[in-house]
Amino acid sequence: MTDLPPDTAPLRVSVWRGAKAGAFETFDVPMQESQTVLDLVAWIQQNADPTLAYRYACRVGMCGSCAMMVNGVPRWTCRTHVSKVMRGGTVQVAPLRNLPVIKDLAVDMDPFFDKWTEAGGAFFPTKSRADAVEPILPETPARQEADAAIECINCAVCYAACDVVSANPDYLGPAALNRAWSLVNDVKDGALDARLTAVSGAGGCHNCHSQQGCVAHCPNELNPTASIAGLKRATVRAALRGKS
Amino acid sequence: MLGVRLYMLQRLTALIMAPLVMGHIAVMIYAVQGGLSASEILGRTQGSLLWAVFYGTFAVAVALHAAIGLRTIIHETMGLGRSSLAVLTSALFVVLAGMGLYAVYAVTA
Amino acid sequence: MKSHRNHPLWFAFALHRASGLLLALFLPAHFWVLSYALNDAAALDGFLEWTDYTVVKIAEFGLVFLLAVHMFGGLRLMALEWLPWSPHQKTYAAGAVAASFCLSTLFFLSAV
Repeated sequence: MTDLPPDTAPLRVSVWRGAKAGAFETFDVPMQESQTVLDLVAWIQQNADPTLAYRYACRVGMCGSCAMMVNGVPRWTCRTHVSKVMRGGTVQVAPLRNLPVIKDLAVDMDPFFDKWTEAGGAFFPTKSRADAVEPILPETPARQEADAAIECINCAVCYAACDVVSANPDYLGPAALNRAWSLVNDVKDGALDARLTAVSGAGGCHNCHSQQGCVAHCPNELNPTASIAGLKRATVRAALRGKS
Repeated sequence: MLGVRLYMLQRLTALIMAPLVMGHIAVMIYAVQGGLSASEILGRTQGSLLWAVFYGTFAVAVALHAAIGLRTIIHETMGLGRSSLAVLTSALFVVLAGMGLYAVYAVTA
Repeated sequence: MKSHRNHPLWFAFALHRASGLLLALFLPAHFWVLSYALNDAAALDGFLEWTDYTVVKIAEFGLVFLLAVHMFGGLRLMALEWLPWSPHQKTYAAGAVAASFCLSTLFFLSAV
């Protein structure tokens, strides 16, 4: 990063401090070229207040750790340029919505990953190492559905964007259901019926209202709404066959 | 809190009602011309098995559809539990279907 | 208005929910008025006379719009769920509103 001319006004960055109870604290952060929102948070922690808590790892949009609410919208902060989101020289950074705040910008991701497991997110192999490797044909419709859903980095941006999650605490959420859909389409997986039952409960796929906030905000441009629609069809077909 | 069965019922009643709503709107556009009167409406509907079946089906479908929809709204805004929701959904269905079928009987008998 | 909701398909959801709720609340009144036809056609006529007022005609226009937009919006949702995915979701949502507006305007023009 290069410094902008010294007369460039600093950015006013309000950052959430505290846990559930807390308040925004404002910091003046020097502006730099190609600065990301994560850069702002890191600058504050390194130069203004070392007690600021936040989470990140890869800084290149692969690990899914650094998602936060930026001006009220969930975003991956390492790939969000300040120039795209600042409003009149200010940026507001808050912890992800719909998850318990541990401290400052760090949320407890346990409910998110618990639901991922609850939705049948674990792969159940049908073969052992003694069997031959199963050929997977990329052009089959099921594989294309699985491929479309598989690029999720579990950043929980969709979970924070979803109003069904905030209204219905049992709702499994877009990421977990999207994962379930990728496994439903995986011919190597052997837990189809159990998974369809897992996504048909009180917090299952049928609670989705297709608001498509997940689609609008997913940084990897995935389509959890389409995945959830696929689960709705698959579970209805299973129910009509008498399997759930 | 919608499981697969209520989801199916909600979509099934919606599919049944889509053509009925179209018919209902067409009738309204036709009937409202020159003002509404009881004699005009009843002249069309009384003693008609066709209208009794049309609006009888509509009344039952809308009672189911509205009860399930209200259940979702009530759960998401008030966070009622599973058993209260079950009682509430059934009660809404019974009241709406009862009132609806009585109204259909009143205009077609 | 929370920023994460600021996209057209969230507004389509809000319209579907609001129209459904209002229609469900209107339904008992609608049934109750019609049931007067059984024993008291004069009372039914009394209610129907209200529909001569312009303000009631505007309210009826609103009801027809709510009914149409809930139906078209619902058909859009069922198409989304049951047909192959289409990238034109926003266009369909806008189309549902436009078609509902046309139908309810046609009703209003017939009523006045």
